[in-house]
Amino acid sequence: MKTWLKTFLAMLALAFVASAPVAAQNNNFNPTKESVKEEQLLNSLKPGERLTGRISIPDEKAASLIQPGGQEWRAFHQQKLPFIGGVAILGMLALLAVFFLVRGRIRVEGGFSGKTITRFASLDRFTHWLTASCFIILALSGLNISFGRMVILPWLGAETFASLTALGKLAHNYLAFPFMFGIALMFVIWVRDNIPEKIDLEWIKQGGGIFSKGAHPPAKRFNAGQKLIFWIVMGGGVVMSGSGWFLLFPYLAQNGVSDMQFYTTIHALLAVIFIAVMLAHIYIGTLGMEGAFDAMGTGEVDLNWAKEHHGLWVEEVQAKAKAASVAPGAMPAE
Amino acid sequence: MARMKFLCDADRCIECNACVTACKNEHEVPWGINRRRVVTINDGKPGERSVSMACMHCTDAPCAAVCPVSCFYTTADAVVLHSKDLCIGCGYCFYACPFGAPQYPRVGNFGSRGKMDKCTYCAGGPEDDFSTAEYEKYGRNRLAEGKLPLCAEMCSTKSLLAGDGDIIASIYKERVMKRGYGSGAWGWKTAYKETVSV
Repeated sequence: MKTWLKTFLAMLALAFVASAPVAAQNNNFNPTKESVKEEQLLNSLKPGERLTGRISIPDEKAASLIQPGGQEWRAFHQQKLPFIGGVAILGMLALLAVFFLVRGRIRVEGGFSGKTITRFASLDRFTHWLTASCFIILALSGLNISFGRMVILPWLGAETFASLTALGKLAHNYLAFPFMFGIALMFVIWVRDNIPEKIDLEWIKQGGGIFSKGAHPPAKRFNAGQKLIFWIVMGGGVVMSGSGWFLLFPYLAQNGVSDMQFYTTIHALLAVIFIAVMLAHIYIGTLGMEGAFDAMGTGEVDLNWAKEHHGLWVEEVQAKAKAASVAPGAMPAE
Repeated sequence: MARMKFLCDADRCIECNACVTACKNEHEVPWGINRRRVVTINDGKPGERSVSMACMHCTDAPCAAVCPVSCFYTTADAVVLHSKDLCIGCGYCFYACPFGAPQYPRVGNFGSRGKMDKCTYCAGGPEDDFSTAEYEKYGRNRLAEGKLPLCAEMCSTKSLLAGDGDIIASIYKERVMKRGYGSGAWGWKTAYKETVSV
């Protein structure tokens, strides 16, 4: 009994010694009364940060208590994006309509010659239409998921619209891959004709000749405007693919929801600009210019059209053809 | 009609996780989804607090605002519910929700998540009350039985309160007055644009 009491007293003494400095340190702190304050914690967060703690269930995502970033994402999605998208896309449509009314359809000035020249071989056209058809479906399904609720839902009804949007989402997710392949192929086959050159400055100086009749600035296979479109498609394609990749494979996003908010923002912003630019491209390739569609349609363009818009390229092609026909396999005389 | 809210009195929460477990059991919530969870802030430091959090059934709910197919609706009791038939699993509600409430059965390739799942305030879904379809998709409909959410009803310290916002706010106020301190109604400012002033 005595030894038991001794041990007990010794332990008590030890406990007192051990806890004494702690008690001294937090003399003024009452952990029952005083606690962390939500407002203080929220105010000390930097942009993109979340109010997190420890969680005992095995799901790290659940450790996030409040993420204020969600409200910013909502504001972007509900206010900024419709505004930017509306200005970009409707603005471009209005601009094209005004341009059409003022300038009209750009005609082949020399009239159709009846003779044609091969502008785009089948691989060129395959690459173009692979990318273009994917782009159109990606653009429409993307616009639908962002703005369809305001525009289409009221007259389709909730159920039909949800089924349509679900299909659109599937198409968007899977057609992303042929689109990315198309962009890569496009780069390989067209990059060498799209390197900016001195001659492009002349084309730009003359405004591409699109604002005045009779003006045809020099151009090789691709004029400066087409080169610009090419590089916009390349840059846009890479950023859209990169940001889209994380949306396709969400588990790759290291910072969870903050990363997803970032990638959707980039994806949506660039998409509306990309769509606006492509509207101009579609306009000039179809309604805006006589004879232009043949280049990607049959691949054969009228010789007069080619001479007017890609004079240097025609000379190049004809010189090459001449060289080939003059001496098929024969050595030229010295 | 009542305006249903949740209020977690963090000064009473002992982080027993019974609310989490009860919810999972009551609604047969799929693996990987926790409609309710307990997060401990400043764990191990003086003044740490544990907060039980789920969907707060916000006023002007962000999830409902951003949903591309408008699958959310608010009941007469101001409970925010959604239709799993309309949901396309796009993830937008998850991006917008401040509380991390919307969850998905999968985080798969090609953005395949399955239908979103979240706390229903034990109020089921758009299907007929007490139907099998409602139970399978959303869980039990206790509200239609005249009962409150199970998480709050069985909370051992009565830290988690559920019910009409004004009533639970007055209960909380009374507690704070009596004991002389309170760490606040967590999430209220974010969810309801107001807080309980004592």
